[in-house]
Amino acid sequence: MAAISINNITKMYGGESPVKALQNINFEVNHGELFGLIGPDGAGKTSLFRILATLLLPDKGSASIENLDVVNHYREIRNILSYMPGKFSLYQDLTIKENLEFFAGLFGTTLDANYEFIKDIYVQIEPFKNRRAGQLSGGMKQKLALCCSLIHKPSILLLDEPTTGVDPVSRKEFWEMLRTLRNQNITTLVSTPYMDEANMCDRIALIQNGQIMSINTPSGILDQFPYRLFAIKSNNNYHLLQKLKDNSEIRSCYIFGEYLHITFQDNRPIEIHGTEMMEIKPGIEDCFIELMDNGSNNN
Amino acid sequence: MRQFFNFVKKEVYHITRDKRTLFILLAMPIIQLLLFGYAITSDIKDVRFSVLDESGSTASRQLVEKFAGNKYFIHYSDLHSYDDIEREFHKGKTKLVIVIPSDFANELQHTGTARVQLLADASDASEASIVAGYGQLIISDFQQDLSKNETIPYRIHIEQKMLYNPQLISSYNFVPGIIGLVLMLICAIMTSISIVREKEEGTMEVLLVSPIKPVYIVLAKAVPYLAIAFVNILSILFISHFLMDVPIVGNIFLILFLGILFIISALSLGLLISSIVDTQRVAMIISAVGLLVPTLLLSGLIYPIENMPWLLRAISNIIPAKWFISAVKDVMLKGMGFEAIAFECGILILMAVVLLTISIKQFKNRL
Repeated sequence: MAAISINNITKMYGGESPVKALQNINFEVNHGELFGLIGPDGAGKTSLFRILATLLLPDKGSASIENLDVVNHYREIRNILSYMPGKFSLYQDLTIKENLEFFAGLFGTTLDANYEFIKDIYVQIEPFKNRRAGQLSGGMKQKLALCCSLIHKPSILLLDEPTTGVDPVSRKEFWEMLRTLRNQNITTLVSTPYMDEANMCDRIALIQNGQIMSINTPSGILDQFPYRLFAIKSNNNYHLLQKLKDNSEIRSCYIFGEYLHITFQDNRPIEIHGTEMMEIKPGIEDCFIELMDNGSNNN
Repeated sequence: MRQFFNFVKKEVYHITRDKRTLFILLAMPIIQLLLFGYAITSDIKDVRFSVLDESGSTASRQLVEKFAGNKYFIHYSDLHSYDDIEREFHKGKTKLVIVIPSDFANELQHTGTARVQLLADASDASEASIVAGYGQLIISDFQQDLSKNETIPYRIHIEQKMLYNPQLISSYNFVPGIIGLVLMLICAIMTSISIVREKEEGTMEVLLVSPIKPVYIVLAKAVPYLAIAFVNILSILFISHFLMDVPIVGNIFLILFLGILFIISALSLGLLISSIVDTQRVAMIISAVGLLVPTLLLSGLIYPIENMPWLLRAISNIIPAKWFISAVKDVMLKGMGFEAIAFECGILILMAVVLLTISIKQFKNRL
């Protein structure tokens, strides 16, 4: 039985012109899995997290956590679940230690009792335990927030955009910590708008406009990319982009940093003057854009 | 229960870490007490008066002496003509002009009745009527001095006596009012803000997802402010009794008991506000406009409730401070016992229970 299972969840917002935040979402997360929900801002990630965290009621469909229904058994779920909201900022005027002790006490346990459980992460910030949370760097705050989320030994961890606004080094460290959590048999559902973080997950779901576009392992998603992909570079990428967009031989063309990623109609590459071109392997972001385009073409 | 105390501990950290706010919370009642007691007093004191003495007799000088000798009046200037009167008032220094006509001594001696004119600056109507009334008292006093040795057959002697506050010192009235005002401010505004801050900063989401019951969250927020408000009552009573000589006739424990009842009802009001608003700014505005202004104007603190139109009188009944202030006055100034204030206590308890129930029911388990 899956740790988290989501069946046909639909959620609408607004009165007069309702917006569909989530449309018929279906997926399951297995025990001990690190599952990533990848999608841009406004895709519906936070709505889905809030429904799973028993904070929002779905309009249609059902979801269960460890076989407990999120609507009817929310009290039991709140004992085994840990939810870290996107804008979770801890208590700025409390020290690291006081924050931890408070969140431990909230679940009827203590910092000492569960010290071993969070030790791997906590040792990194323990030297500053008497410093107030408001004075910590973004990366340290996230580590503290993760400690606070884990202090009561949850079996399910929901992390809503934990790395947004955190520097690249801290982001990498944070993901490594999440990977080690798998050894402690914690099921983690994490959302992120950063496509490059998808590779750290066991499985990912790509979400856009309230719909799941694809669910697979990161490499599975990459393998599904149906075209040969080329990177191309010129002195004036913007000018080049304008030119290529009008070219009927070109299937798709997007700016990626200092390169343009392009695919060709019928996978037939053509020569483009004044540029260097090489074939590359697609990344998650290429897959995401491809799926997005397909979706809009089909519609 | 341990979860609850854990929560209270966190709230105490929040309050004690914010030293500036804590200082304001503790100093505000004292500052307000001094302001209301000394600065914004409606007592008359040091009233300057001018004299137009056309009589120039011994009797007229004695009358002026009588005024000048009174501790509330100061002999400011002497005028020489009727035109001077208006000029003097225009300068704005003098509040009262005593006009003694030229036939004053004569009339007094021969007919036994003389006329004196008191002109008061009624641009401040209430002050003018107090000053004029006090002037009349001095004149009748003077009249009595004169007639001591004579026997006048029919004289009606009117004696006014102000009970409980013989000198009509307004700070006696203000002390219960200020306790009411300060407690309302601290309890309602601070608790509502401290809960709404959790909503604003996103920590409420985490609290909701934890197993702690909403009723604990709500009550834990209220406990530290109950303590602060209690300290405030003590400091107000201490200062008003020992520094401002306000009598505390009744049982001090009964006053403190009333205080706690009122604190609880004010806290419940704050909790109710926090359960219906989502931003600190709105919480602040509702507390200030919705609680502070009615408490100031409709509780009997500034304007007597008896003089209000029936609609405002009816509204004043739902203001906790009204019941608290009238009960505290009964105990503190009149020395009445519990039987006298049982009704007010009952109403305060009822308000607290109703408000608490609504706010705990209103407190959402979800977003």
